[in-house]
Amino acid sequence: MKKLTVCLLVLVLLTSSIFATGTTEQKSDVKEVVIGVFEPQTGENGGGGYQEVLGMRYANLMYPTVQINGETYKVRLVEADNKSDKTEAVTAAQSLISSGASVVLGSYGSGVSIAAGDIFLDNQVPAIGASCTNPQVTLGNDYYFRVCFLDPFQGTVMANYAWQEGAKNAAVITQLGDDYSSGLGNFFSRAFTKLGGQVVSEQQFQTNTTDFKSILTNIKAANPDVIFAPSSIATAPLIIKQARELGLTAKIMAGDTWENSSIIENAGSSAEGVALSTFFDDSDPATAEAAKFITGFKKYLVENKQPDIIPAVSALGYDAYLTALQAIEKANSTKGSAIRDALVSVDVEGVTGRIVFNENGDANKDMAFIKTVENGQFKFLKTVSVAN
Amino acid sequence: MSMTTILQHCLTGISLGGAYALIAIGYTLVYGILRLINFAHGDIFMMAGYFMIFALASFPWPIAIIITLTVTTLMGIGIERAAYKPLRSAPRMSIMISAIGVSYLLQNLSTYLFTAIPRGYPEIPFLKQIFQIGTISASFVTLLTPVLTIILVIILMLLVNNTKTGMAMRAVSKDFETAQLMGININRVISATFAIGSLLAGVGSILYFTDRMSVTPFSGTLPGLKCFVAAVFGGIGNIPGAVIGGFFIGIVETLLVALGYSTYSDAFTFLLLIVMLLVRPTGLFGEKTVEKV
Repeated sequence: MKKLTVCLLVLVLLTSSIFATGTTEQKSDVKEVVIGVFEPQTGENGGGGYQEVLGMRYANLMYPTVQINGETYKVRLVEADNKSDKTEAVTAAQSLISSGASVVLGSYGSGVSIAAGDIFLDNQVPAIGASCTNPQVTLGNDYYFRVCFLDPFQGTVMANYAWQEGAKNAAVITQLGDDYSSGLGNFFSRAFTKLGGQVVSEQQFQTNTTDFKSILTNIKAANPDVIFAPSSIATAPLIIKQARELGLTAKIMAGDTWENSSIIENAGSSAEGVALSTFFDDSDPATAEAAKFITGFKKYLVENKQPDIIPAVSALGYDAYLTALQAIEKANSTKGSAIRDALVSVDVEGVTGRIVFNENGDANKDMAFIKTVENGQFKFLKTVSVAN
Repeated sequence: MSMTTILQHCLTGISLGGAYALIAIGYTLVYGILRLINFAHGDIFMMAGYFMIFALASFPWPIAIIITLTVTTLMGIGIERAAYKPLRSAPRMSIMISAIGVSYLLQNLSTYLFTAIPRGYPEIPFLKQIFQIGTISASFVTLLTPVLTIILVIILMLLVNNTKTGMAMRAVSKDFETAQLMGININRVISATFAIGSLLAGVGSILYFTDRMSVTPFSGTLPGLKCFVAAVFGGIGNIPGAVIGGFFIGIVETLLVALGYSTYSDAFTFLLLIVMLLVRPTGLFGEKTVEKV
């Protein structure tokens, strides 16, 4: 009996290896260029990362080839999961480099992007961040670019919005050791005090915390008008629901990560009135590319068993891919350093607006969309632009 | 800090402690019988969360709770049968490694099946009712958790002390081989132990997740480790010890966060483990074991 099982196992392993080699040999003389996808698909930010990847996969479907020196190259996406973890991020980045990526897209989450930044720099492979908003990602790294706006801008936008809504006292909740959360919280506090407001309570929590009652009780004692809680999708519904359960009535606000329908799904009626800033609004396409993207991508989302609400990060993932493609075409090469030099001068008409990089490698974007939750859906409130 | 705030914190701490206590009992029972630290216990707790989500999607809540508890109990027994029983005569380390294997298997299996995106835990309306006592507000489940924990522990103690199965369990935990020679069907006793442990983890899971509202494949890891510390703190193998350990860790953790030391709340739990192992390895109520020759 045991021998039989062993034999069967060996057989299964052998056949699978035959199939495995069979598929790799198929790659014939079609020339290809590899674009690495550096995103979390598991772990804390697995959900958001996956949505960003969907945007990139869809872009690859729409634009599967690129012209280099008059020859058609096929674009192959290689995905590496950085598991929302700074240590894993380094491994994932290295695996992308060794699989021959000419340019890398990602990552969702600023912390992992910062952690892997040096690897891309050392190997001269340019990286284009889609939704990592912390300034440190591109600062001092010539090989990191990004297509979205930055946290100082986003923090200012939200502080202004809170101030306009009549809030005088704010409480800030941030996640320990998370560059996105603590950075954005910090920029918000700074902007809010500058406007004349007061930050009455600053609370921190650890990654994977599920019980926010104690910090929320402290916040309740400080009685703020508004709570600013930039955090991950997993954390958001917990904070929202527990706050309402404790009888906190203050307006709850956050940054771009919260624009995700799973938050409304999980927080239910408690999510009503939550406000956030984001990169993109599908009811108001900014460019011709955007209009095309919105109709096509909704179908793609349904095919992938996702709700047909376009997440802003998917739009940014799509834009990052378009940017990479234009840079490769402009560089006329698959060499990382050449693509990097081309990136400096790209001018892309993306889904989220025009993308032109400044000297830090950040897209010049000065417009944010403020949305609020109403009747179980994200509702566009207004666009805010602040001069940097 | 006002009186209301302090009371609110205490309530949160006691409630968290109750859920921890229920999980910690599972560790302590299995250790008492098999001398095995069942690392998969935290993941059974997590799986119970998913079972509840799916059960409640198609059944009314009383039936869903029964289904969840039954499936969780069966899973606990099944894991023992598949992963621990074949190793009964193997060195203890092998079973321990097998337990770690099961833990990773459950985590990755649920990542594969349910994805890493957090799933909202369904609401059971009467558990979620919000109570206002003076200025303190809390949902019913927060109040129910510690009470239910105490009741379940009393029932469990009665079971262990007064029934035949309980007597068999005590005998097996005293001396595995002699108990076998005395005609006790140890496989049945072990199955019963895993059944009780998993059942309590299932109850703990319903209480814990109703209060915290979302389940991911990794939501069992940290509570699992903390409850293991609670069991060690109370003296592993000792049921009241595990309960007190659970409440202690839950309350101290909440108070640390309340005082603004959230950085150290997790560190405290594991520091407690180290200190306990150095100072009093048998835990608060653990009996001194005599090495049998």
